[in-house]
Amino acid sequence: MTEAQATSSLAQRVHAFDAGAHVVAASFLDEAPALALADGAVLIGEADDQTRLEAHPEAAILVAAADGKTVLTGGDDGRVVAIGPDRALRVIADEKGRWIDALAMRGSACAWSAGKQVSARDEAGSVRTWEAPSSVRGLAFQPKGYRLAATHYNGVSLWFPKVEGPPQTLEWKGAHLDATFSHDGRFLVSSMQENALHGWRLADSRNMRMTGYPGKTRSLSWSHDGAWLATSGADAAVVWPFKDRDGPMGKAPQECGVREARVTRVAFHPRALVVAIGYSDGLVLLCRLADAAEILVRRSGGGPVSALAWNSSGSRLLIGLESGEAGLLNLPG
Amino acid sequence: MTDTREPEKIPVTVLTGYLGAGKTTLLNRILSEKHGRRYAVVVNEFGEIGIDNELVVGADEEVFEMNNGCICCTVRGDLIRIIEGLMKRKGRFDAIIVETTGLADPAPVAQTFFVDEDVQKAARLDAVVTVADAKWLAARLRDAPEAKNQIAFADVIVINKTDLVTAAELREVEARIRAINPYASLHRTTKCGVALADVLERRAFDLDRILDIEPGFLSAEDHVHDHDHDHAEHHSGLKHYHDEDMQSVALRLEGDVDPAKFMPWINRITQEQGPNILRCKGIVAMKDDPKRFVFQGVHMMLDGDSQREWLPDEKRESKVVFIGRNLGEEDIRNGFLACAA
Repeated sequence: MTEAQATSSLAQRVHAFDAGAHVVAASFLDEAPALALADGAVLIGEADDQTRLEAHPEAAILVAAADGKTVLTGGDDGRVVAIGPDRALRVIADEKGRWIDALAMRGSACAWSAGKQVSARDEAGSVRTWEAPSSVRGLAFQPKGYRLAATHYNGVSLWFPKVEGPPQTLEWKGAHLDATFSHDGRFLVSSMQENALHGWRLADSRNMRMTGYPGKTRSLSWSHDGAWLATSGADAAVVWPFKDRDGPMGKAPQECGVREARVTRVAFHPRALVVAIGYSDGLVLLCRLADAAEILVRRSGGGPVSALAWNSSGSRLLIGLESGEAGLLNLPG
Repeated sequence: MTDTREPEKIPVTVLTGYLGAGKTTLLNRILSEKHGRRYAVVVNEFGEIGIDNELVVGADEEVFEMNNGCICCTVRGDLIRIIEGLMKRKGRFDAIIVETTGLADPAPVAQTFFVDEDVQKAARLDAVVTVADAKWLAARLRDAPEAKNQIAFADVIVINKTDLVTAAELREVEARIRAINPYASLHRTTKCGVALADVLERRAFDLDRILDIEPGFLSAEDHVHDHDHDHAEHHSGLKHYHDEDMQSVALRLEGDVDPAKFMPWINRITQEQGPNILRCKGIVAMKDDPKRFVFQGVHMMLDGDSQREWLPDEKRESKVVFIGRNLGEEDIRNGFLACAA
C-alpha cells in the first residue's frame, strides 16, 4: 500500500480499541458488536459502552458461532454458553472439563463436539449424542432438515440426530477440519489438514478437490447469493464459483487481494459481492469480486487477524486480532 | 505496535516409556518440584497425576496418515488440535509435556512438529525423554517393538528402578540401550530421581544445538570406524552388543563435501530408507561455504539449515548419523563417502 492509496482508504473510519485478549470470533448481537475472547469473556457493545460477560470464567473460549440473535461459545471448561440479545448467559451444555472443539447453530438448534462425541440439541431442548469414528473438528447444519455434518479423519459424516441408525459417511482420505454447506444445500465443503479443501455434490456424492493452498484453510465465507465461497490459507483470498450445476468442478477460482502475507480470515459482505480479507500481518482490506478493486480498511501491524464479521445490513465490519487489538469500521452512509 | 522478532516458541517435551517403566512417576516429579515453571500437560489417562493445579489436557492419541503420498508420514491429529487450543491460553503456561501411552511410537508426535505449520509457529519439540525399567527393559527389547522404538528415538533415557537390579544387570541393560542408541544421554535413577535440568529444556531438536551432541557423536563414530563388526569391543567399560534389527550408522568424511552430490544423496537415502530411519542428524562442510550446514530428520522428514561459520581452528569435516531398523549400512556409507568434493 502506498501513501496515496492509503489516504483514499477507509482506515480513518475504523474505530480501534483494545479487546484485552486474543479475539476468537467476531459477530453482531442484535446490532451490538460482540467479540468472543480467549480469556473466556464475551465483550459486547459499542466502544464507549462495553460489557464484559464472563461466559467461561478462568477458562478459554475455543470456538464460537453466531447468527445475529445469539452468540454461542464453547470453552476448554467443557461448557457451551449461549448469549441472547438480553445479554444473559445460558449454559447449554457442560461436558465436565472436556474441551468443546466445534460448534454449529441454526435457529434455536445447536450442536457441539468434545473429542469424538457429537451432541445436537433441537429447538425443544432435547439433546442427542453420537460417537464419531475419530475426533470431530468441524460441524455444520444442513440448510434444510435437522441434519448435521461432522468432520473427522478420512471423511465427513451426515447425521440425522432424530433418526436411529448409522450416519451416512462421505469418505475422503485425510483429516477434515471445518465444514460448510452451500446455501442451497447442494454442496458440502470441508477444509483439510493437507492444505486443501474437499467438496461433495450431495446428490451423487461426487468428489471435488480444491488444492494449491500453501497453508491450512480455517476461514470459509459464502457470498450473499450463495454463488461464491471465499477461503483463507493463501496469499490472496481464494474464491470458488458454486453457481453452476457442477460447482467449482473444472473451474479455476478467483483470487482477491493478492499480497505477500497469508490470508487468515475472510468475510463476504451480506449484500454485495465484496469480501473483507484479514491477513497474518494485521492488514484488512475490502475487495470487489467483479474487478478485484481493493480498499484498505486496516493497515498492517499487530499480528494475525483472527476474526471478521459484518452486521446484517453490511454497514459495519468488526475486526479482531490474536493480539487483542480490535476495530470497528463504519462505512459512509 | 511493531513485532520485530519472533515470539518465543513454547517448548514441548515428549515423555515416552513402556508400560510400567515410571513415566507417571517422572511426570509427577516434574510437576511437584519447585521450579517456578508452569506446565500444560497432555495425558492419555486422567487421574494418575497427583497434582491438580496444573493445566491437564486429555488426549486421544489419534495417529493420522498425511494424505501426501509419503507412507511413513504420520502425525498426532489430537496434538495439533490441543496445541491450537492451548495457544488460546498463551501466557498462562511456560512449557508443554506430552505423555504418550506405553505402546506409542514417538515418531508421529515428533513428525507433527515437522509437518504442521501452525504447530511449528507456536511450539518447538524440545526432546524425547524415554523412561526405561532397569529390570524389564532387556526383555521388552526382545518382545516389544514399541519399546525398542522408544529407546531408538530418545534424546534422553532415564533408566529407572535401578535399585531392583545388580550392578552387572545394570551394565547389561545399558549396553543393550547403547547398542540401539549411542547418542541419548543416560541417567540411572530410582523413582525417576533425575535432575530436571537433565530432562527439560534440552533443545535436542534445535539445529543450533546439534554441536552439543558431538561427544557422543565422536565416540560412536570412532567405534563404527575402528571396530566395525567387532562385537567384543568394550565401550566405556560397557559390554558391546549388536542389536539384531535396530542400529546406528555414524560416518565421518574429512574435508568438504560437494553440495551438488550431498543434497540429492540425503534426499534419496531418506526417501528410500525413510520408513526404516527413525532419526538422523549431521553437520556438513559444504565446499566453498564458510558456514556449517546442519540437518536432522525423522523418517522421511528432513530439516536443514546453514548455521554458524566454521571456526579458524576447527577441522572442516562432515559427520552424519542414522538410527534405524535394518539400515542398508553399506549403501549409506558408500553413498556418503561418494559425496566428497
